[in-house]
Amino acid sequence: MSKYILKRVLYMFLTLFIVTTLTFFLMRSIPGDPLASMAQALPDQIRANFLAKYGLDKPLFEQYLLYLKGLIHLDLGDSVVYAGRSVSETIRTTSPVSGFVGGIALFIGVGIGSLLGIVAALNKNKWPDFLVIFIAVLGVSVPAFVLAALLQMIFAARLGLLPSSGWGGAKYCILPIVVLCLGPIASYARYVKSSMLDTLDQDYIMTARAKGMSESRVIRKHVLRNSMLPAVTLFGGSVVGVFTGSFVIEKMFSIPGIGFYYINSINNNDYTMILGTTIFYATLFVVMQLIVDCVYVVIDPRIRITGEKI
Amino acid sequence: MEKILEVKNLEVSFHTYAGEVRAVRGINFHIHKGETLAFVGESGSGKTVTAKSIMRLLKAPLAEIKESSSILYKGREVLQMNKTELQDYRGNDVSMIFQDPMTFLNPTMTCGDQIIESFILHQDINKREARQKALEMLNVVRIPDAEKRLDAYPHELSGGMRQRVMIAMALACSPSILVADEPTTALDVTIQAQIMALLNALKVKFDTAILLVTHDLGVVSNFADRIQIMYAGKVLEEGTAMEIFYKPQHPYTWALLKSVPKLSKHNKQELYALKGTPPDLILPLEHCPFAARCEYCMKICRTAMPDRTKITETQYVSCWLKHEKAPVIEPGYKREV
Amino acid sequence: MEIQSNLFEMIGIEENETDVISRPRVGYLADAWRRFKLNKVAVVAMIILAILIFMVLFGQAISGYNFSDMDKTARNLAPNGSHWFGTDKLGRDTFARVWQGGRISLAIGVIGALVSTVVGCLYGGIAAYIGGVVDDVMMRIVEILISVPYLIVVILMSVILQSKSVGTLLLAMTITSWCGMARFIHAQMLQIKGQEYILAAQVLGERRWRIVTKHMIPNTLSVVIVSITFDIPGYIFSEAFLSFIGLGVQSPDTSWGALVSEAQSTFIFYPYQLLFPALMIALTMLSFTLMGDGLRDALDPKLRK
Repeated sequence: MSKYILKRVLYMFLTLFIVTTLTFFLMRSIPGDPLASMAQALPDQIRANFLAKYGLDKPLFEQYLLYLKGLIHLDLGDSVVYAGRSVSETIRTTSPVSGFVGGIALFIGVGIGSLLGIVAALNKNKWPDFLVIFIAVLGVSVPAFVLAALLQMIFAARLGLLPSSGWGGAKYCILPIVVLCLGPIASYARYVKSSMLDTLDQDYIMTARAKGMSESRVIRKHVLRNSMLPAVTLFGGSVVGVFTGSFVIEKMFSIPGIGFYYINSINNNDYTMILGTTIFYATLFVVMQLIVDCVYVVIDPRIRITGEKI
Repeated sequence: MEKILEVKNLEVSFHTYAGEVRAVRGINFHIHKGETLAFVGESGSGKTVTAKSIMRLLKAPLAEIKESSSILYKGREVLQMNKTELQDYRGNDVSMIFQDPMTFLNPTMTCGDQIIESFILHQDINKREARQKALEMLNVVRIPDAEKRLDAYPHELSGGMRQRVMIAMALACSPSILVADEPTTALDVTIQAQIMALLNALKVKFDTAILLVTHDLGVVSNFADRIQIMYAGKVLEEGTAMEIFYKPQHPYTWALLKSVPKLSKHNKQELYALKGTPPDLILPLEHCPFAARCEYCMKICRTAMPDRTKITETQYVSCWLKHEKAPVIEPGYKREV
Repeated sequence: MEIQSNLFEMIGIEENETDVISRPRVGYLADAWRRFKLNKVAVVAMIILAILIFMVLFGQAISGYNFSDMDKTARNLAPNGSHWFGTDKLGRDTFARVWQGGRISLAIGVIGALVSTVVGCLYGGIAAYIGGVVDDVMMRIVEILISVPYLIVVILMSVILQSKSVGTLLLAMTITSWCGMARFIHAQMLQIKGQEYILAAQVLGERRWRIVTKHMIPNTLSVVIVSITFDIPGYIFSEAFLSFIGLGVQSPDTSWGALVSEAQSTFIFYPYQLLFPALMIALTMLSFTLMGDGLRDALDPKLRK
């Protein structure tokens, strides 16, 4: 087991190294330097100063080594658009906001989604099943920004119950969370339902019934656990889904989260910011995936059956 | 002897898009206290379906047990039981073990917990007492190192061990009948014998009747008191083990017996193989189901169903050869002494 | 009733009779189609998709307007007799624009799904076919590519490629999307490779290439088809997302995502400008998802009864 984790951690660092390298050189391969995107033409002297300040006058490979050196100290450089704003600092201050909104959305989404999946599986081909299918399909087929716009119109513009956008207090969180949790609700409802139907079909469920167990006890003791465990593997993807979903949501609701700044940096061609945030997201995802996989191996004895990887 | 289970006119159908598959077509049998009754037949002969019907484990609405059927356990109608009666009946009165102990044990639960569950369900004891009893059961089914195995997951045990765990689970509440559906099919030959010996020993110890479902006459020979030969959802012949092995009456039984390999120095005979396949159960069957594969087939065999003919107090056979007008033939099988 | 003696004449086994197939066999595809038709929801989804495709092809012609023609006298009109879906802020006919945008959106969805499926199948199939170290390296590359969140890659590639034509957009969207399919096909191939019937075919002296074409491909085809139906809405969604953050299809071209994005700022005043393209996205996603569900159930041999 510890060997497995060690191997995974090593691969994780390898992955992150490759991602960083690729992103760095790809970003530099964009024609022109970062200043080219700035609207006004700068005098030569200022331009040279600027390049020197960001180390852009050095050979490309040296820049890369410097960047890696900075990365080890968690220093991702400064924003090229907003002078004096450090990328690391921006991520440090903005990611908790995204994490807070996203975390709550994820928590609610996973809970409600799993519950709906269970209800649907137990009432297969009856109205609760159809209702859940409807919600789940709606969840995947309505783009988040459409839903966000709709909610803003209904609850903010028409009813005036909630602020349409901004940040500062629980009231501002409600609509973004509702929009963000729809994704996890849909994916978990679908997954848990099919996983549960699959479990109900297993031979050992017949054994449990043959023991003289009541149907509700069979569900509680045998079906639920075995069908919920694989749902853990969805979690990594859901975290990413909520974070990337927040790009749009944070922009629409003007939430000062990391997604908001990421989209801004894309529109401004703030390439150090793009680079830094990409590395941050990649790290988040890779670490999340590692944790999920390890947790899954620990909690589900079935995974250990194959044994060869561990 | 006391009949503890009596099945009358059991008919089971499966509803598929192609039509109604009549898997069991009106069979009758009974089980005495403490005896071993064996169902022998090819795959698709309806033996497993019959076994599951007794436990009421068939899934409605796909499977349907016909109205006219009756399964009486100690005089109580199993098919009329409500949910709570059924829960009490399963595991406590009649329990079941299955073919593949890997897929029939919950992979995410330790073996101990699965046995403990059986006790908790039917006895008013707490978890610690149940654990103690589970440990005793593992010793009874002769699992070495029982204490350790209690906390093992099914995949950590060998096939034979798993089947022992299944048996421990099934016998936990000393049921009157144990339904064993091909209990040794998925196991190695050497393990098969061990498991059968264990079942036989436990049958005596717990005074449990066993309904043994198998396709292997060899497995049956040493353990069964009575044998029923099934084919296409019908019982073709029934009798005590002695009668079936020494005086078989039905051509199908002869064929089955001839296809059991024998070990003998002088045996140069080629092993007999029965040609053809069993009939499609979706079609109506108005004549003897074995007619198409029977060496002794007569015209009437293809037009009408034979009656159940009594040979002795315990042996019955359904075959037109037993009719008074049928030609007298040499039995197709003789046991070599 | 007395039975006549002649009925007891012995006839024995009639040759050939025992092996007669007694009921018509139902072929795999015929059976899949039969089960698909039973799924009313999936059939309705398929009909909706057919209508959408028809409208996307001919909708603009039906409307009588060109999607990029501006009419200064008819800005921000509500749906009416001459402009069925109303007009936008430049006086362009929304009905024509919705169907023109649909062409791009659907094209991106279909081409994206096909490209990533073909590349993924080839890559995963080749890796599994060669095996050994090459396989390990190839699949390790996939593992690394797949570990970066998809939308991040797409955004990054869109930024790097700068030019915002449909072609580069597709390139950005498919650059890593094939990895999932490659991994899936790889696993599938290895699993089938280990199956007894492949061993049997090898023992019988079947050539390797024949085993691939006769056993491996047919056995994965159904899953691949289902995965394409699920992928298409994913690309439409991603394109809409990219358009929304300003990286998608650029004017004068348009797509459903771009239309929604344009309408979003004035949504409160002119909700119908957002409503129609959003409805089309939702309808397409819904139809593909439901049809995919139906196909999956119909093509799964395990579900045959």
